[in-house]
Amino acid sequence: MVIVNALLQGVLLGGLFAMAALGLSIAFGILRVVNLAHGEIMTIGAYLAAVGLSSLGVSVWVSLLAVVPLMGVVGYWVQRLLLQRALTLGELAPLLVTFGIAIIIPNALIELFTTNKQAISTGDLAVRSIKLADGLYVGVLPLLTMAVAIALIAGTQLLLARTRIGRHMRAAADDSETLRLLGVDHRKVYAAAMGLAFAIAALAGVFFGMRQGGVTPFDGQLMVLFAFEAVIIGGLGSLWGTLAGGIVLGVAQTLAGVVSPELPLLVGNLVFLAVLVLRPTGIVRSKVVV
Amino acid sequence: MTALLAAESITAGYGDSRAVSEVSLAVERGEVLALVGANGAGKSTLLRVLAGAHRPTAGRVHLRGEDVTDVRDFERSRRGVCLVPEGRRLFASLTVRENLEVGAGSRRAGRWSVDTVVEALPILGPLLDRNASQLSGGQQQAVAIGRGLMTNPDVLLLDEVSLGLAPIVIDELYASLAGVWGGGLGIVLVEQDLERTLAVADRIVCMLEGHAVLEGTPTSLTREQITDAYFGHEVASW
Amino acid sequence: MADLVPGAVRVDRLRRRMITVQIIGAGVILLLAMAPYVFEPSVTSQWIKLFYLITLATSWNLLAGFAGMVSVGQQAYIGLGAYGVFVFNDLGLDPYTSALVASVVIGAVAFGLSFIAFRLRGGYFAIGTWVIAEAVRQIVIRFDSLGAGRGRGIEDYTADPVLRNLFTYWLALGILVATLIGSLFLLRSRMGVALQSIRDNEVAARAVGVDVTRAKRIVFVLAAVMAALAGSVICLQQIGVQSPSQIFSVSFSAFMVFMVLIGGIGTLEGPIIGAVVYYVMDLYFSQMGLWYLVVLGCLAIVVTLFLPRGLWGELRARFDITLFPVGHRVVALPRPAEPDASASAPAPRTSPRTDATATTASTEG
Repeated sequence: MVIVNALLQGVLLGGLFAMAALGLSIAFGILRVVNLAHGEIMTIGAYLAAVGLSSLGVSVWVSLLAVVPLMGVVGYWVQRLLLQRALTLGELAPLLVTFGIAIIIPNALIELFTTNKQAISTGDLAVRSIKLADGLYVGVLPLLTMAVAIALIAGTQLLLARTRIGRHMRAAADDSETLRLLGVDHRKVYAAAMGLAFAIAALAGVFFGMRQGGVTPFDGQLMVLFAFEAVIIGGLGSLWGTLAGGIVLGVAQTLAGVVSPELPLLVGNLVFLAVLVLRPTGIVRSKVVV
Repeated sequence: MTALLAAESITAGYGDSRAVSEVSLAVERGEVLALVGANGAGKSTLLRVLAGAHRPTAGRVHLRGEDVTDVRDFERSRRGVCLVPEGRRLFASLTVRENLEVGAGSRRAGRWSVDTVVEALPILGPLLDRNASQLSGGQQQAVAIGRGLMTNPDVLLLDEVSLGLAPIVIDELYASLAGVWGGGLGIVLVEQDLERTLAVADRIVCMLEGHAVLEGTPTSLTREQITDAYFGHEVASW
Repeated sequence: MADLVPGAVRVDRLRRRMITVQIIGAGVILLLAMAPYVFEPSVTSQWIKLFYLITLATSWNLLAGFAGMVSVGQQAYIGLGAYGVFVFNDLGLDPYTSALVASVVIGAVAFGLSFIAFRLRGGYFAIGTWVIAEAVRQIVIRFDSLGAGRGRGIEDYTADPVLRNLFTYWLALGILVATLIGSLFLLRSRMGVALQSIRDNEVAARAVGVDVTRAKRIVFVLAAVMAALAGSVICLQQIGVQSPSQIFSVSFSAFMVFMVLIGGIGTLEGPIIGAVVYYVMDLYFSQMGLWYLVVLGCLAIVVTLFLPRGLWGELRARFDITLFPVGHRVVALPRPAEPDASASAPAPRTSPRTDATATTASTEG
């Protein structure tokens, strides 16, 4: 029963990883930018929610309404002002710019908020659970997280497949110069995609914070690696694949946790590396598939 | 009277190499202007300059009398100049219909929609839901032209329409294009096939090593004059 | 313009300059080696830091600047280098020999890890190396003998602090010199040309028969060995490792990126200048605490976007100078003066530096 429980918890944890991975997948699939600061964007989202709670007394759910769109706007302008220029300079530049951001954010957060955990309280939601059988419980929050992750993936899929901006995003991923010849400003399309990625990252960050009961400046480094591992395990470019990847990673971590509380991170990383080695063709495909 | 689209002594190149030297030309409403010349004569570069995809080092481009030299490519497309680039450059992960719909991105009003494009280029009809990466060369070219029309352009710049296509496919394509010519649309056509060019063009400009060396109507120019201009004098004196 | 003969070219490997560099370099190395006899240990121990910073910057530049592999996981090898000192020290070797032996072992480890890392490209390669570094740290702290999560000191060490500093200084200098000379010869070799062609266009390099993967793997292993040596110097200087999360910190990658970007990526001189800039900044601004890292991050972004060639690249573009001859230039030869040619314009002798009219195609960064 312990194993079954761990499996179940792992699957649900996978929902969180998939949510974290989605933004990374969008940014890479459409802009070919690997955002090394993705985890830090999640952290910022969580900090905004935590600060909203502690200094304004706003509940997490209400603050999400502000935090998610706000980070979307931030993403839009980070793309337009920094990354767009970097994209014209070659392959290394965007990577180095996002790495710069990944260094700035946690250190600024430590200076501003110390290394202490900033609490993100959800009332009793974090502890409430549903009993399935003796010794088998599912938490309401993980369940909710999984539901939101599935909804986000489906929503992104619909956006890319059915809407005008989604079509433009896929076209920009194929050939941004030709898109320009057709009267579309590719910079706005890219910026919208990055805005979407940031908004989803912020949302995922808040959910991660709720699960952990708070957020620290070091969480970003953990989360960017989880998100990345989920993307790769699931197979680059497939949005539903990130969910599968997230679940594999989640299950690996929770099963390892049954053996020893020190093992989950190491085993998660090793499973990722094993997938990397065993997959016959390596990782080459990279387009967003709808 | 001001021309629909006019280039005035355009000079352009890549780095130190000059592809186009002081070329002037103008296209009027409803006119098909053909650019002919050997590979590397500067035709494609000139088209890219007209479309705003390549910045000239000297010279101006005027659209309906207005200087648009510094207007960027996407903005120029919104003002009615659309380039159908060499190599078709379809969006490979989109369907044919989606490719056409992206062409409507500039939101210009006009006669072209998915329906009217399919009417004009009937070979697209059965292909609408196919993925663009699964098409033959001729089909791809038809989609590329249809996509360009979807921007409702005043000037359509067509680069290397028949390059790499079988003669029978070219025949079909040009038959369909008959419905596109006219209707006030100005066309600048780059085409390797001289026969074809003479058949459809109202006016011809020959380019040689970046210079416009000969201009006239298909009837006013002799075959010798054109081949002369095409290959340069050394070859012509054989 | 001289009358150039079509097809008549020679490839100039800048051999004469190479000799000059060797003579001057040997002199500088000798002077630096004697420095501990002149300066106080407090001064030379500062230099040790500069030496390992240059070593780190050079190694990262080999990876990213010459082979196009952006790694943010070099801290894996820095940490292993530091912990390798403990392992071989515990086996009875003195700490300095331990450092050297460890670096060879870590080179072998890096060779193995390259098969994992090379399954990823571009940005995903970067983040993959980061995962590897995390996994390595998590494995290392499983060993209680290595201090688990707490860090540990070197057990068997030279007792006299002056001698200790002296040996560490010489080791750090030796590592730096080996790194620089190794890089110089690597880039002048056929492999160097291959590497630069990979950076410029990997597909084209493959097409003309460059064994891309082999060349990349060699660089990957060499860079790991250099990072490991730098890591062991850090360990020797601090007489141990304060905490595993410090020696395996991703900040090391940030420092390397910063130094290389500031100095000029893709040149041998750039990382040296970048390391000196970083070293000086560190002296004056490190009391700012973590804001210092925030400033470094901002500077890295600004330099990437607005000064992509770095300080050295800008200098070189403006004054046309190089210290290290890693380029190969194809020099078009002038037509030999003919008797009936116009007497006023004898074709000048073409030499790469003095004759600006020579058509040169250079492969330098």
